[in-house]
Amino acid sequence: MRLQASGVRLGYGDRIIVDGLDLGIEAGTVTTIIGPNGCGKSTLLRALGRLLKPAGGEVLLDGKRIDRIPTREVAKILGVLPQAPVAPEGLTVADLVARGRHPHQTWYRQWSSDDESAVSEALSMTGLLDLADRPLDELSGGQRQRAWISMALAQGTELLLLDEPTTFLDLAHQVEVLELVRRLHAEAGRTIVMVLHDLNLAARYADRLVAMRAGRVVAAGTPHEVLTEALLRDVFDLDAKIISDPVAGTPLVVPIGIRPSP
Amino acid sequence: MSTPAASGRVRAGTRAVRLASASWRLHPRAVAVTITGLVLLALLMALNMRIGDIQLSLADVLAAITGEGPTHFVVMELRLPRALTGALVGAALGLSGAITQAIARNPLASPDVLGVTTGASVTVVAVLVANGAMYGGASGALAGLGVPATALLGGLAGALIVYAFAWRRGLDGYRLVLVGIGVTAVFTNVKYWLLTVGDVEDAGKAMTWISGSLNGRGWEHVTPVALALAVLVPATLFGTRSLGALRFGDDTVTGLGVRMNLARALMLLAAVLLAAVATAAAGPIAFVALAAPQIALRLAGTSHPPLLVSAVAGAVLANAADLVARTLFAPVELPVGVVTAVLGAPYLVYLLIRVRREARS
Repeated sequence: MRLQASGVRLGYGDRIIVDGLDLGIEAGTVTTIIGPNGCGKSTLLRALGRLLKPAGGEVLLDGKRIDRIPTREVAKILGVLPQAPVAPEGLTVADLVARGRHPHQTWYRQWSSDDESAVSEALSMTGLLDLADRPLDELSGGQRQRAWISMALAQGTELLLLDEPTTFLDLAHQVEVLELVRRLHAEAGRTIVMVLHDLNLAARYADRLVAMRAGRVVAAGTPHEVLTEALLRDVFDLDAKIISDPVAGTPLVVPIGIRPSP
Repeated sequence: MSTPAASGRVRAGTRAVRLASASWRLHPRAVAVTITGLVLLALLMALNMRIGDIQLSLADVLAAITGEGPTHFVVMELRLPRALTGALVGAALGLSGAITQAIARNPLASPDVLGVTTGASVTVVAVLVANGAMYGGASGALAGLGVPATALLGGLAGALIVYAFAWRRGLDGYRLVLVGIGVTAVFTNVKYWLLTVGDVEDAGKAMTWISGSLNGRGWEHVTPVALALAVLVPATLFGTRSLGALRFGDDTVTGLGVRMNLARALMLLAAVLLAAVATAAAGPIAFVALAAPQIALRLAGTSHPPLLVSAVAGAVLANAADLVARTLFAPVELPVGVVTAVLGAPYLVYLLIRVRREARS
């Protein structure tokens, strides 16, 4: 297990959202967390990325408690893309992506050739080389999201945690981002954990799905094991038919209607 | 995967400087602005040193610095320290402002919001008024060494109060600004109340101080600010990288491996010390800390105010304002803070309009 949550209790102040949750992330897998709004998906992801300190239980990175590893060392192994990231105004794409090199730099080594090649590699993987000098505020939502992903890539971590990387994107751009994730996994062998809303895309691009409801893991396994008509009823209160995706062969959700809550 | 070999391809306007395993990024335009600023500063200081009971020409000033004679004493002991105090205080305020704006993530923030300047003002006014009532006028010791020390303590206390109210399981930029504005308003009102209950003559003295003035500043004012800058400038430059990261959202900052609350607290401490030392030497000179970083940002063409350029811009601004203050209604001298306030008010309005327009677009 590269990353493991055991018995974590998570919340903000007195409001506990997740209580006693266990989850392990194996090396070299793409794991996608699904579930209705407010079920604790993002909260769990933030705890896995040590952005939120558990009120109980522990998060282990390579077997060691993540809060006991210096945060800078964690940043060399694990990169996080938060849900609605905030950048200072006037920043260019290249400035943003270069910031991803932060954990690798010191006061006397601020712009090594490694930094430079990591940044240009990240920009070319996301197709942003030509936009490098453009201010972030002038980009479209899709371009901006790709710029943030480039920053996480430039960080050069084996583990990537992406919180809804496809929000604000149209379908073509969603597919583009997820194809990029697949390439990162296939070519660079990175371990990726994401939160996604689109179940069909989640099924197509993940090795492993984790379905959550009300702070608990309801089901975890391959998309075929997890995405069943019964699970959609339990987790989303949704009546749906599952057919086979004619392109990828993965489960495809066709909604029928909302089940009245019992 | 193509990797552009030419440095500067990836970041416009920067050059990579590499030496063995060490490497830096150089911003040629920022360097040029810094050098130009320093030349301008030297010129403004020389122009300032012409003014006084004996009017000197620029050549006289230069001759007096290098040569002997009666003008040597006047320039070296009276006029140079005043000009230097202006430069150092301006630099400290510019640097403090750049740090504050980065941490507050707000171009409208300045160390005034940290409670330093108003804390210093209210304490100095309190001491002046209380002493006046008890001893019939502030003593020489209080006016010389007493006021700067009082201001320093008051400024630090003010910052501590703001910090204590703003801290809640960490430090949030917005919360800091809001708490700062509230505490500042309270201090300001206490200050005015003290001025109205105090003796008229003491109130007059206090008013000169709280406008911010470089009048009569000697080497005893230069030394503490110079020492503080000698320590704090390298310390803050060391923290530039962390400060750059702190401009991002909290989750991004932590994700990049920055110890967010520690970095924020240390940089804020530096900003508070710089502003407190500056205020102790010259009183609260308005708007320099607000304007200098924004001027530096526009001149250097960087994405955020560069610290060193902000310091130079502050020094230039303070000396330029002092020159205006001394020549506009000559031979009557205005306190430098009056000029910066008059120049700063329309600038603040401009900033507010610009920020609002950007928020709408």
